[in-house]
Amino acid sequence: MIVFDQVQKSYQVGGRAIPALHPTDMTIETGEVFGIVGHSGAGKSTLVRLINLLEPPTGGRILIDDENITDYDAAELRAFRRKVGMIFQHFNLLSSKTVADNIAFPMKLAGIYSKAEIRDRVEELLARVSLTDHANKYPSQLSGGQKQRVGIARALACRPTILLCDEATSALDPQTTQSVLKLLADINRELGLTIVLITHEMDVVRRVCDRVAVMDAGEVVEMGPVSEVFLHPKHPTTRDFVFESESIDRTELQEDLSKADGRILRLTFKGESTYKPLLGSVARESGVDFSILSGRIDHIKDTPYGQLTLSLVGGDLEVAMQALKAADVHVEVLR
Amino acid sequence: MEDLLSNVDWTEIGWASWDTLVMVGMSLLFSVVIGLPIGVLLFLFGKRQLLEQPVAYAVLSFVVNVLRSVPFIILLIVMIPFTVMLIGTSLGVAGAIPPLVAGGAPFFARLVETSLREVDRGIIEATQAMGASVKQIIFGALLPEALPGIIAGITVTAITLVSYAAMSGVIGGGGLGDLAIRFGYQRFQTDVMVITVALLVIFVQVLQMVGDRLVLYFSRK
Repeated sequence: MIVFDQVQKSYQVGGRAIPALHPTDMTIETGEVFGIVGHSGAGKSTLVRLINLLEPPTGGRILIDDENITDYDAAELRAFRRKVGMIFQHFNLLSSKTVADNIAFPMKLAGIYSKAEIRDRVEELLARVSLTDHANKYPSQLSGGQKQRVGIARALACRPTILLCDEATSALDPQTTQSVLKLLADINRELGLTIVLITHEMDVVRRVCDRVAVMDAGEVVEMGPVSEVFLHPKHPTTRDFVFESESIDRTELQEDLSKADGRILRLTFKGESTYKPLLGSVARESGVDFSILSGRIDHIKDTPYGQLTLSLVGGDLEVAMQALKAADVHVEVLR
Repeated sequence: MEDLLSNVDWTEIGWASWDTLVMVGMSLLFSVVIGLPIGVLLFLFGKRQLLEQPVAYAVLSFVVNVLRSVPFIILLIVMIPFTVMLIGTSLGVAGAIPPLVAGGAPFFARLVETSLREVDRGIIEATQAMGASVKQIIFGALLPEALPGIIAGITVTAITLVSYAAMSGVIGGGGLGDLAIRFGYQRFQTDVMVITVALLVIFVQVLQMVGDRLVLYFSRK
C-alpha cells in the first residue's frame, strides 16, 4: 500500500518556490492498477517520481507498506528502489548493452544474485515478454513495442512489488499500445504487482486501471474507481478527458440535443445490465417512444458498459424511469 | 631520385619517427589516464548533474581553461622548470612528455565531459531508479554509453598530440618536428621538410582511420 500524507513538491526557480504538487493525500492499494491522468505539466510526472524518490518531496510523508520512505538513508533507498520497477515513455534502455544484458542490468547492480540466477531469470523474463529470439540484439535493432517489452522485463528483473509506468505507451502506435497494456494487465493479475501508471490518455486508464486520479495544475482534482470517474465525471478537466477519449465534439452534441423533442435522459448500463434487452420492454410497458441521440458501448477494464443519450416522447415517463432504475440502470435527466 | 632526396638520412628519419611515436603514445596514455577522471568529475559536478558542486566545478573548469588557453608553444617553455623537477631534463623525448600531457589531458577532459553530457538523461534516471549508486551509474551506464564519444575524443587528442609533439622540436623535444626544424628549416633542406611532413600526414591519417573504425565498432545506436 502506498500512502501519500500531505505530500508536496515545489521547485526553487530564481529564489522563488514554484509548486509542482500541492499538498496531496492519496492511497494506492496493494495489487491494484492505479492511473494518474493529466495534461502535460499537470504534475503527474512529479507525482510518480515521488514514489521512488527520484524526486524528493519538499513536504509530507510517503508511506509504503507502513514504512516512511522519506526517512531512508542512501543505502536503504537503493535497496528500496530495487523493489520498485519503472518503465519510461522513451524506454531508456542502454544502447551499449544487448537485450539480455539490459534485463540483467538491475540484477547485476543489486550484487546479490549469482551468475546462474541472473541467467535463468533473464531467460524466464525474455519468454514472458516474448523476446527470446532477440536476446542478443541491441536496442537499436528493435521496434518501439519490443523496446518497451525489454523495459518491462528489465523493470521486473528484481521481482519488484510496485511497477511505475511513466507514459509507457505514449510513444507507441495504437496496436502496440494495446499489446503493451495487455502485458501490463497480465503482469498485474499474475504477479499481484501494484501498478501506478501515468498517462494523458483516458483510453489507457479505461483499459487497464482499477482506480484513477485526475490531475490539473499540480492538484488531484478527482479520484475514484475508473467506472465512476469515467462514466460520471464531475470536474471539468475530467470531462475534457472523457470527451477527448470518446472523440465527442461537445458543440455538435449540444446541437443534436437542442433539436430533439421531449425529455432527454442519459442511461448508464454497467456489467450484466449491458446485455439485457431493456429498452424495448420499457418502451412497451410505459408507452414511451424514444430515439437514440448518442451512445457508446465498450469495456472498462473487464466490465462491459453502455451509455446512451435518449430523447423520450409520450407515454408515462415516471413508469419508464422506475423500470430502468429497477433494472440497475443509472438514469440522469439532462432536460 | 637520389639527387632529389640527397639530404635525407633514412636512419635519422626512422629514429625520429620512432621518437614521435613514443612521445605521442606516452603522452596520449597519460592524457587519457589523467584527463578521463577529470572529465568525469567535470561532468558530475556540472549544473543539475549527479554530484552538482558549483564551486568544485568552477575551480576545475578554471584550471582546465587556463591550460587550454595558453598557446602550446608557450606552455612548452613555461613547463620547463616543472619538467626538470619531474624527470631531470627538459630535453629529448622524455622532456617533451610532461608539457604534452599538460596540453593533452585538459583537452581530453573537456571532450570526455562533452561526450558524457550527450548520454540521454533518461538512461541515468532509469539506472538511478534501479537503485544504482553513483559509482555504479558511472561505470555501469555512463562510461559504456559514452564509449564511442570517448574513443572519438581519444582520436582527436592523439592527432592534436602529433602536432604538439612536432612543436616540441622548438625546445629540443626530438622526433620528426625536431628534424623538420633543425634540417628542414634551419639548414634549408627542403627534402627533409617534405619527408617529415609527409610522414606526419600519414601518421595522422592512420590515427583517424583506426579511431573511426573503433567508434563504428562500439556504436550500437
